[in-house]
Amino acid sequence: MIKYIVKKVLILLVSLFAVATLTFALMQAIPGDPFTEEKAVPEEILKAMYHHYGLDLPWYQQYFRYMKGLITWDLGPSFKYQGRTVTEIIKEGFPVSMVLGVEALAISIFAGISLGSLSALKHGKWQDRLMMVIAVLGISVPSFILATFLQYLFGMKLDWLPVARWGTVSHSILPALSLAALPMAFIARLTRSNMVEIMQQDYIHTAKSKGLNSFSIIYRHCLRNALLPIITYLGPLTTAILTGSFAVEKIFGIPGLGQWFVMSITNRDYTVIMGTTVFYSAILMVSVFIVDILYTVVDPRIKLVTKKVIL
Amino acid sequence: MHSLARLESRQEVPFFRREASLFLKKIMLLFGVLLLTTGCHKKLRPIDENKQLLRLNIHTEPPTLDARKATDTSSIPIIQMCFEGLMRRVPGRAPQLALANRVKISDDLMTYTFYLRPANWSDGTRITAYDFEKSWKTILSPEFGSGFANDLYVLKNARKAKIGECSVDEIGVKAKSLSKLVVHLDHPVPYFLDVVASHSFLAVPTHIVETDKKWADHSGPHFVGNGAYRLKSWRHHNHMVLERNEEYWDQTAVRLEQIHLTIIEDETTELHMFESGELDWAGSPLSTLPTDALQALADQNRLNTYPISGTYYYIFNVRTPPFDNINLRRAFTYAINRKEIIDNITQSEQQVATNFVPPTMWEVTQSAFEDNATEEARKYFDIALEEMGYTRSSLPPITLIYNKSAAHHKIAQAIQEQWFQAFGLRVRLQNVEWKVFLDELAHGQFQIARMGGVASFQDPLTFLDQFRYENSRTNFSGWTNEKFSSLLNQAEQTTHPEKREELLRQAEGLFIEELPVAPIYYYTGTYIKKRYVKGIELSELSDADFKFAFLETQ
Repeated sequence: MIKYIVKKVLILLVSLFAVATLTFALMQAIPGDPFTEEKAVPEEILKAMYHHYGLDLPWYQQYFRYMKGLITWDLGPSFKYQGRTVTEIIKEGFPVSMVLGVEALAISIFAGISLGSLSALKHGKWQDRLMMVIAVLGISVPSFILATFLQYLFGMKLDWLPVARWGTVSHSILPALSLAALPMAFIARLTRSNMVEIMQQDYIHTAKSKGLNSFSIIYRHCLRNALLPIITYLGPLTTAILTGSFAVEKIFGIPGLGQWFVMSITNRDYTVIMGTTVFYSAILMVSVFIVDILYTVVDPRIKLVTKKVIL
Repeated sequence: MHSLARLESRQEVPFFRREASLFLKKIMLLFGVLLLTTGCHKKLRPIDENKQLLRLNIHTEPPTLDARKATDTSSIPIIQMCFEGLMRRVPGRAPQLALANRVKISDDLMTYTFYLRPANWSDGTRITAYDFEKSWKTILSPEFGSGFANDLYVLKNARKAKIGECSVDEIGVKAKSLSKLVVHLDHPVPYFLDVVASHSFLAVPTHIVETDKKWADHSGPHFVGNGAYRLKSWRHHNHMVLERNEEYWDQTAVRLEQIHLTIIEDETTELHMFESGELDWAGSPLSTLPTDALQALADQNRLNTYPISGTYYYIFNVRTPPFDNINLRRAFTYAINRKEIIDNITQSEQQVATNFVPPTMWEVTQSAFEDNATEEARKYFDIALEEMGYTRSSLPPITLIYNKSAAHHKIAQAIQEQWFQAFGLRVRLQNVEWKVFLDELAHGQFQIARMGGVASFQDPLTFLDQFRYENSRTNFSGWTNEKFSSLLNQAEQTTHPEKREELLRQAEGLFIEELPVAPIYYYTGTYIKKRYVKGIELSELSDADFKFAFLETQ
């Protein structure tokens, strides 16, 4: 186990290095720089700005500067928001994105599994069909459309929740719901199909014939097995929710990191691009790593017949 | 046997029904909890009639509130609330005295002497002429990164100092005493008082900036200003609170107690917040209204518009064929139906632009050409083809580029269709990411490109000057004309206002004759506001002055 973990951590570090190098290369390749603006300024002003921010240095010197910054986790100030360092930006923005993400994750997992199970239990009945309509809607309606709709309904018409901004629990409900809709629908479908399949299995019939009550049949035998593929999905889902919150954060005016991730690229804010990309890559890799370990907890067979279990 | 019987009896009742109803109950519970939480929501306080509190939204987090560095449309309005210059702009009138209570101008319009009134920074320290001298000189020092230092090039030796050809001490600004500031200009600048009223010529608290490098990036005791309001709190990317500055020299004239600024980028969200009573104002100049909502707002008679000194235009790259041909440029310019675009797309009472300098700058008595002159356009198109030796079918493909935005895209589509109707020629449209777009413009990698410019000071020179030199970074089209440049040079040296205007009008005439750009419309600002909001002064330069703003109570 320890050998496995050490190996994984080493791979993770090498991958992060590759991500940082690739990001730097792409950053250098895209046209434009932090100081190109519509109102063009004379050459000497631009030169002074480049010099001030070290953009007049040869690329390898810039590269070593960024790498050194990454290792010491001190990338210096943002180009656009000169008074704020990348570390500050991540420290302030990430907790916000995380609260929103965790809330969305909780809603999507809880509601998704509940709806999926219900739908499987009522297989073929109207409840099942209703759930599937909800699931199809959830998957096909983009989060920004849902966000605007929720704003209109709950913020403007019913006046139950604030239209936007960030601060209290009530501010987070609409954005969390908008963000949760897609993964919820996905989890519901996944749970349903697994449950339906598992309920046909011999061991369920055995359990029934043994006289086990249906509570333990569903929770211990059905659901536990049906959840395996969902755990696989959780790793990428966590990252997708954290990084994919850009549109929702923008619509609701939430000061999270998702906005920075995208804005830094439009602004060519080099230090922030480096910082957020590497930070998010690390999160993605760590969450996938955790999922790998979680497997062994949920399913003791995993080390023996890994390929068979991952659907 | 016993267990079998139990199994059989279970099978009579559908096996999972009870479990299913349990799940249903749980879901009901989930929604119940959700509704309960929503019940806790208290709406933002509806407007309290006794409290002078204005609620606005700003479209982006201000990158900095350091008046020496800010160049963007979200920082500048906040800076103007917290800082005041020697003069202030008043819409429709000449600039008024602000921190200066007297100005002496030499006959040659080259020397301006400002006398400062006794006034304090918000921490109680006296504002001196030295603050101005030092702030301006810092902006112009070669090592200081300021994106608008060229705005100060009107000062004597300013450019030389910036490029390191002379010392900053030789720049034409000198504090003679605590309250006397003498400014020497590079050339006569009749609009200098207007320039001095802009954000580029503000002063920063020199006693603070030297000790605290981050003074303008966070709220707190170190953030010191001299304007009508002071920064009370700033939660980054969330909201700002400004309150009346008790140290402001004219604070009795300020009626608002607080200004709350939310920072939300999404225009539709801003409109939703306005509609649900969380904001008192939406739209220009701090943000924009969503284009899709303009028609409905206009139908409800709620949309307000005001003219802005700016022109929306398409720029031709005259360095390379085919737009090095003047008749082709004429053809493409004349064939545009501007009124159709304003009526159906932009919908904000813009004016059709048939000149380059907008009518807010000077009186425009006649159009340089007709809008939607398709017949004439066809004539010029045929002449151009003949001159270049092409036929309609052999003309190489033409591409129009514009930066990503719904409005630019719709306008481009409409003009593409208008050109197709006129010439039977389908121009290609290319939607380009903002920074890539600017890069392509700067490197001349385009044929036709969307552009727009808003004046930074109230003088026609602000529009014409960008085309004075062929290779300057501001001249994207690459167009040049010796006579045009010499007219601008002459205008710049003359002190006689009428003669100067005449020279500038001649220059514009020449420019519009050769059409390196196709003017489309003159900008307007659009906003909606609550009826009780009064006293906000909106200038044609897209500035807003909140000094006299108040909420009308009954």
